[in-house]
Amino acid sequence: MNKHYTEGEPIRDTKAPAGPIEERWEKRKFSAKLVNPANKRKMHVIVVGTGLAGGSAAATLGELGYNVTSFCYQDSPRRAHSIAAQGGINAAKNYRGDGDSIYRLFYDTVKGGDFRARESNVYRLAQVSVNIIDQAVAQGVPFAREYGGLLDTRSFGGAQVSRTFYARGQTGQQLLLGAYQALERQIAAGTVKMNTRHEMLDVIVSDGRARGVIVRDMVTGEIERHLADAVVLATGGYGNVFFLSTNAKGCNTTAIWRAHRRGAMFANPCYTQIHPTCIPVSGDYQSKLTLMSESLRNDGRVWVPVKAGDTRPASEIPEEERDYYLERIYPAFGNLVPRDIASRAAKNVCDEGRGVGPGGLGVYLDFADAIRRLGREAVEKKYGNLFEMYERITGEDPYSQPMRIYPAVHYTMGGLWVDYDLQSTIPGLFVVGEANFSDHGANRLGASALMQGLADGYFVLPTTIGDYLANGPYGEVDDGAVAEAEAAVQSKIERLLSVNGTRTADSYHRELGKLMWDYCGMERTEESLRKALERIPELREEFWQNVKVSGTADELNQALERAGRVADFFDLAELMCIDALHRTESCGGHFRAESQDADGEALRDDENFAYVAAWEYGEQGPVLHKEALEYEYVKMSQRSYK
Amino acid sequence: MNLTLKVWRQKGPQDKGRMVTYRVEDVSPDMSFLEMLDVLNERLILEGDDPIAFDHDCREGICGMCGMVINGVAHGEQVATTTCQLHMRHFEDDAVITIEPWRAAPFPVVKDLVVDRSAFDRIIQAGGFISVPAGSAPDAHSVPVKKVDADAAFDAATCIGCGACVAACPNGSASLFTAAKITHLSLLPQGQPERDSRARAMVEQMDAEGFGGCTNTGECTAVCPKGIPLDTIAQMNRDYLRASK
Ligand SMILES: Cc1cc2nc3c(=O)[nH]c(=O)nc-3n(C[C@H](O)[C@H](O)[C@H](O)COP(=O)(O)OP(=O)(O)OC[C@H]3O[C@@H](n4cnc5c(N)ncnc54)[C@H](O)[C@@H]3O)c2cc1C
Repeated sequence: MNKHYTEGEPIRDTKAPAGPIEERWEKRKFSAKLVNPANKRKMHVIVVGTGLAGGSAAATLGELGYNVTSFCYQDSPRRAHSIAAQGGINAAKNYRGDGDSIYRLFYDTVKGGDFRARESNVYRLAQVSVNIIDQAVAQGVPFAREYGGLLDTRSFGGAQVSRTFYARGQTGQQLLLGAYQALERQIAAGTVKMNTRHEMLDVIVSDGRARGVIVRDMVTGEIERHLADAVVLATGGYGNVFFLSTNAKGCNTTAIWRAHRRGAMFANPCYTQIHPTCIPVSGDYQSKLTLMSESLRNDGRVWVPVKAGDTRPASEIPEEERDYYLERIYPAFGNLVPRDIASRAAKNVCDEGRGVGPGGLGVYLDFADAIRRLGREAVEKKYGNLFEMYERITGEDPYSQPMRIYPAVHYTMGGLWVDYDLQSTIPGLFVVGEANFSDHGANRLGASALMQGLADGYFVLPTTIGDYLANGPYGEVDDGAVAEAEAAVQSKIERLLSVNGTRTADSYHRELGKLMWDYCGMERTEESLRKALERIPELREEFWQNVKVSGTADELNQALERAGRVADFFDLAELMCIDALHRTESCGGHFRAESQDADGEALRDDENFAYVAAWEYGEQGPVLHKEALEYEYVKMSQRSYK
Repeated sequence: MNLTLKVWRQKGPQDKGRMVTYRVEDVSPDMSFLEMLDVLNERLILEGDDPIAFDHDCREGICGMCGMVINGVAHGEQVATTTCQLHMRHFEDDAVITIEPWRAAPFPVVKDLVVDRSAFDRIIQAGGFISVPAGSAPDAHSVPVKKVDADAAFDAATCIGCGACVAACPNGSASLFTAAKITHLSLLPQGQPERDSRARAMVEQMDAEGFGGCTNTGECTAVCPKGIPLDTIAQMNRDYLRASK
């Protein structure tokens, strides 16, 4: 049978120092070469993306004195999708004295990721987490506090300690505004030059090194070339390959996909996180899905009717005819099991015909007990803005009837492969935040993405990129490479505009997304993936023959922007399915129906799959490079939350 | 439901612009306002027309990217709601809906409903921050903050920078936006060292951008999707006066 890929040499991280894990980051920092302060001004770094990762990176590089150019596709850096994060950010502060520690956060993250992340990276993340909270507080981030004036925390899925710091339901917003303000300060100081409404469409690789980017000015349509000594991609996740997701409409894979085409390996593309608590789909015009923060699972109880096909309203279903299935199956963690487990459990009860709401694709998240126990006012204080959002979207009042929720695509653990220094396989191309694959293995724990983005941007990248730059200079940029990248961008745009077919890019995107959800979503099988791999190339072919993009190249043209992104999603979708097909085990968010234990839980195959799958782009199909994962500290075991 | 839309169309900053009428049919009451426009735009593309350009991104009321004047009200009539969170169930069948961009001299129209709000970024650049380079911060618990102050700072900090306040103000004032940031930072102990210079610089930048003055009409808070309170403006004025002494 067609394997769709070939296998190449193994790959390995060579940057993490050996020795005791607690000392590795200190060692790496010390061994990193420094750039002379007077030379920093002459070193030019491009940072694409202004979310938590890119915003913090650009601001910090600016503070250090580098000459930084930053890009985002929105009209202001403050609007990156990090702004939408609701629930909180983890840190091993142990302010509660409940037994938390750097080691425990490290342990929880490795286990939560189902033993598919690198130990050295995760340990560093846990170490740096404490500095992030200090930094944010000093910037004026208004975290929730207790009456004594100290910081409040709450619990998130996959942890038995309370280590999640939060700012009501708007933690991402407040953290991003902190980074944005630091960035604006550097813009005013002249160290960072900001380009809003610019979309990156290619990386310039000269002499084997990343030396710049090709961008399109989204207002005038002009194609611009920007050169630099190093390039940082902080362009977020690719969940929108499913069309419907909790990501913002503009989230895309274009930046990392173009880098992949130029030689950056793509790691674990099939690791997708499906979030258990989102507002269910209401119609086929639906343009996105809205998350209801995981923090709601602290007080909300998840249930469905015991009997299949029970269509009575929730209020008429007596207690003994309700199945609080998470509490029943996972007594130790109850409603707070990790996301992949909660999502699959919801799917299972819906498959049994016990789902609620239109189409039976929903489960209840019920606050009646919490309201009885704490009073409505206390519940309102904690979750008021989420409840309001729910009511606005559904027209239903969650104080008087339970919320209806269903899993939705939320986060992508996969991304460009990076070493311990966050450098991709293209020298000089660094990748931070959700765009890389680094720390979450096969499943990310709640409140850990904000932590990773800020760890990368404030603390890790500024050190490691200095080492790369100090080893330069890397000479003149080859004109031919620049011209070639620019011509490639131009010709793709012209091609999209010239098809003049009969279907919009969005309609293709919806169809691709549905296909991915059905065949490469919460549950995957060899059969479903093979179907997807047959259908995706056909649909892509049709797209290129029949898409309709109105308008011209030299104006603000949102139809053109979308079509360009959809074209890249097609290619990525194919790689995701190939990755999912090759990994015949289940792990974390990747559930292969063929690989489950007697209780229906994900069954890993450590003997054959304890590796990172790093894919190299090849004209004749992708080439797989395996990075073996070794666990010296956390013993590999089957995850259990029972 | 079926609707008649009167939408502002403007090719670019130099174009004079005009209202254009569109009919949209079979709108579901569960659609969001932007989804209704998506449906219309899909049709326009297939007809070879230019779709209506509008800014949007997160579609969950937090990025601050979307914003239209709907039937004369910034973000429409539903209180404390961004355009993307407005749903069609709040409109009558057969309604006529007018849709226009934010209108204010410092927010020039880029195209159709898209405006240039970079003046807001420049106001933040002037002083809307606390100067603390990465890595230099003391332990987060070294300075306790009273819960009431932290909560009030948070309330001011929830501003999403959408610009509805400016669009609604008869003077085109950016006072609520500027005051929200000044208030957020001046309520916190960490914000004290730069309190005076911040107030002065931000207010001066706001004036330099050509925003009008505040005459306390309160339209800004009335349309603010996050309900930023009007008394932040009093706080800004106090801080500004204090700084000018
Ligand atoms: C609804 C929601 C809630 C969440 N809640 C939490 C939470 O409570 N806790 C938690 O830890 N995590 C949470 N997450 C996950 C977390 O928010 C994200 O993983 C994280 O913020 C990503 O940050 P980032 O900096 O990598 O990317 P983003 O914030 O997505 O920023 C991407 C940047 O790249 C730019 N960009 C993208 N493509 C291009 C291009 N081609 N050209 C130019 N610029 C480009 C964009 O303009 C933007 O500035 C949540 C996610 C969602 C969607």
